[in-house]
Amino acid sequence: MSDANPSAPAFGPFEVTADPLSADQLAAAVQTAGDGAVVLFIGLVRDNHQGKRVIALEYEAYPELAVREMRALSEAVAAQYGLHGIGIRHRIGRLAVGEVSVIIAVAAPHRAAAFAACADALDRLKATVPVWKKEWYTDGSAWIGQAAG
Amino acid sequence: MQTVTNDPSAPAAIRVQARLFALYREAAGSDMLAVQVPADSTVRDLWGHLLTAQPQLERAGAMMAATAFAVNGTWARPDQALHDGDEVAFLPPVSGG
Repeated sequence: MSDANPSAPAFGPFEVTADPLSADQLAAAVQTAGDGAVVLFIGLVRDNHQGKRVIALEYEAYPELAVREMRALSEAVAAQYGLHGIGIRHRIGRLAVGEVSVIIAVAAPHRAAAFAACADALDRLKATVPVWKKEWYTDGSAWIGQAAG
Repeated sequence: MQTVTNDPSAPAAIRVQARLFALYREAAGSDMLAVQVPADSTVRDLWGHLLTAQPQLERAGAMMAATAFAVNGTWARPDQALHDGDEVAFLPPVSGG
């Protein structure tokens, strides 16, 4: 929304979805008239992990809590870096190599804050948002992030 | 939906829903288990009960220390008391992004 009040944070969207993600759409959603920069993080499905060939990733979420946690981390990041807008979308379901798994869009008056805030938001997302990924290989699959298995 | 019951002669019991995700869901073969537990049970008690009733959870790597908990969609501590009708989620270590 380019006609938003520059002092009003454009929080959100925060979403877990089975639909393909659009970086353009999220970037447009977070920017306000007072912003000079939007930084996007676009997470992709990579074809390898720790030496194994990966053919697909399967994402699962606890949607209600994931969205709540996205909002909470975004409020913390926005306050810390003086952001006007931040939005996060995470995809669930089975994704092929090259598909987009997550997008974080951060809008700020100046680029330094936008870059730092986007990196911080991603670190927080990976640490706290209840989403899980399973790697599919040519010969099996494994959930990632488990202490054993 | 599966039903797991403990001692049916327990004097006061509550019924709760255990919600499982990812590795835990696959190990238990269900994303939701209806469980009857004593009325003074905590989140920790319910998880201990599930690990006993569903040994495949522990074989899959489910451990108290690595598991996070939520009650009715809000993060919860292991010592939180349960009430009839609560939905208790057991979350393996997250790996989104």
